Amino acid sequence: MITWSYDKTFEGLLTLVFDCYQKKVFPNRIVGTDNPQPSLFQSDYEVFTDEQMAKRVWDGLHRKVSATACQMLYYAFLSEAKDVEMMILSYMRKAFASESSIELNFGDKDVLELLKLDKKVGREAERIRMFVRFQKAKDDTYYASFDPRYNVLPLVVKHFENRFADQQWIIYDTRRNYGFYYDLQVSSEFKLVDGLVDSATGLLHGSIMDSEEQLFQDMWKSYFKSMCIKERINPRLHVQLLPKRFWKYLIEKQA
Amino acid sequence: MGDVLKKLEILAGAAKYDVSCSSSGSNRGNSGKGLGNASPWGICHSFTEDGRCVSLLKIMFTNHCMYDCAYCLNRRSNDVPRTAFTVKEIVDLTIAFYRRNYIEGLFLSSGIVKSPDHTMSLLTRVAKELRTIHRYNGYIHLKSIPGASPELIREAGLYADRLSVNIEIPSESNLKMLAPEKDYPSILTPMNSIHQGILVNKEDSRKFRSAPKFAPAGQSTQMIVGATPDSDQQILTLSSGLYNHQNLKRVYYSGYIPINKDDSRLPVLATPPLVREHRLYQSDWLMRFYFFRVDEIVNDKHPNLDLEIDPKLSYAIRNPWMFPVDINKAPFELILRVPGIGVKSAKLIVMSRRYGRISSYQLQKMGVVMKRAKYFISCNELASPTINEIKPESMKQLFMPKAQLRKKDKLAGQLSFTFPD
Ligand code: SF4
Repeated sequence: MITWSYDKTFEGLLTLVFDCYQKKVFPNRIVGTDNPQPSLFQSDYEVFTDEQMAKRVWDGLHRKVSATACQMLYYAFLSEAKDVEMMILSYMRKAFASESSIELNFGDKDVLELLKLDKKVGREAERIRMFVRFQKAKDDTYYASFDPRYNVLPLVVKHFENRFADQQWIIYDTRRNYGFYYDLQVSSEFKLVDGLVDSATGLLHGSIMDSEEQLFQDMWKSYFKSMCIKERINPRLHVQLLPKRFWKYLIEKQA
Repeated sequence: MGDVLKKLEILAGAAKYDVSCSSSGSNRGNSGKGLGNASPWGICHSFTEDGRCVSLLKIMFTNHCMYDCAYCLNRRSNDVPRTAFTVKEIVDLTIAFYRRNYIEGLFLSSGIVKSPDHTMSLLTRVAKELRTIHRYNGYIHLKSIPGASPELIREAGLYADRLSVNIEIPSESNLKMLAPEKDYPSILTPMNSIHQGILVNKEDSRKFRSAPKFAPAGQSTQMIVGATPDSDQQILTLSSGLYNHQNLKRVYYSGYIPINKDDSRLPVLATPPLVREHRLYQSDWLMRFYFFRVDEIVNDKHPNLDLEIDPKLSYAIRNPWMFPVDINKAPFELILRVPGIGVKSAKLIVMSRRYGRISSYQLQKMGVVMKRAKYFISCNELASPTINEIKPESMKQLFMPKAQLRKKDKLAGQLSFTFPD
């Protein structure tokens, strides 16, 4: 069993692929450098992320499969799924070895599995676009908490920059404890100070909330309630479309 | 603003029976760092407890109305609390909701006050202020008021993404009985103006890139199902005509909910006809994405849809000669006709078979519902009896119990209960 470790970034993984080809060694287990159980998976080699090497692998891959397929690998990577690194490595080896693109060969296990992960991650990103709820703070910044299953915040920043170009906003991943802050020009990664946000509800602390915010939340709740046609109520369909794991931060589902 | 909360309760409650909530089909960029944009695929921001997408702030300008349509909560003869927003109130509310990512935009309709033209111009003013004063680029859907003049419709189209005129009742004689102040011309004339506006605009934007957009998300309409004895054939033929001749983007079907229980012109129903409504949506889907002609779904011999099984399966059972379809050879259109194979799976099949023959295991992996499809296909090693060995008449039995058990939920396979658009 050959175990390699890397820093858990996508560039790190691309560097790992570079090292494989250079050393002509292919690991059969890939772990994070800060792996909590070092005794179980002793790493035989630690990859050092290198932007240049990563770029060469990425460019090389673009010559073998379409940009859509490359993007699919990145999305699948963000799933943080078990053994996703091994799947990506295996996919790339097949892609590099093949004359024609392998990306549409859905009979291949890796191609199909990675496509599925890509879909799941894409779906989760879509959910941020759907279910994020901003609250206005006293300083005119619009703040939103979110708790995504996968690490998808980087995928949606562009969407919110385009849409809310004329307001400052923050979207915060409470699970991974980081977020993005848009200052009317650019957005950048950002860590929140403790005590500003209620961790159970994702709501801003009363002292920094805009004075009209509560009213708009009440109006939204009232609107949501009045849209329901009681003759058609269908709780199963409701939770299927609006999974319970999102309810904690959804204004309309809060008491 | 506290006053607005009260109005919102009344005027949102009054608007909820319009089922359309789509925010798709437009592609309005956020030019010059204003507020918002309209994405071509639309976004649902929440789902009501009855499982409908909440994408737009759907409200009425006012629920005062001069007309007396039998099926409507707001008709003149009903004793309900009435109120009206001001233009500013709607504009502010839309922007506040939009900035919080509650909505994709506004869907504004209204009861008819003073005259169709007066009402239409109120709706247009809201859209105009949002676009010009507030540089708002989010979605706007305006309901065109039946009987409004072509000039006003044309102006509305300059600011709105989508315009709609509801047909409501699928035959003119029944419409006249239930809505004495309305007739088909008052509905079809604005529909024509919108259609013309869109055509002219297409021509213009071919010539000048900067031509202002006219209702870029097109027009839609809604029909109430089950308030009148009109058959599914009547309904779907009308839809098919609207798709083909007026270029409508969507036709919505709304199962009749008895709001005015004491009106003798209306039927008494224990529950709204939700299964029928669902079957109509499935048929509509077949016409738009599966290349079905309307007379393949309903015709003089089968004027009404089978409630127990979905229309695609029903078609397959009526046409056994077409099966089994050879997965490894058949053209895309024919693969699409197989029950249990949706558009996505059909595309995957056609792409993948270039790499080699497809096995039933791979079909499953591609999302094909084998429990259904196996009776209608032949592929490498599959050895189950096909429709022709089982006999078409007994096929239906095979699917019935499950179909009945699950009729309210997602039906297995390619047709799901909700249609984002
Ligand atoms: S015109 Fe519209 S609001 Fe007025 S009664 Fe008829 S359906 Fe209702």
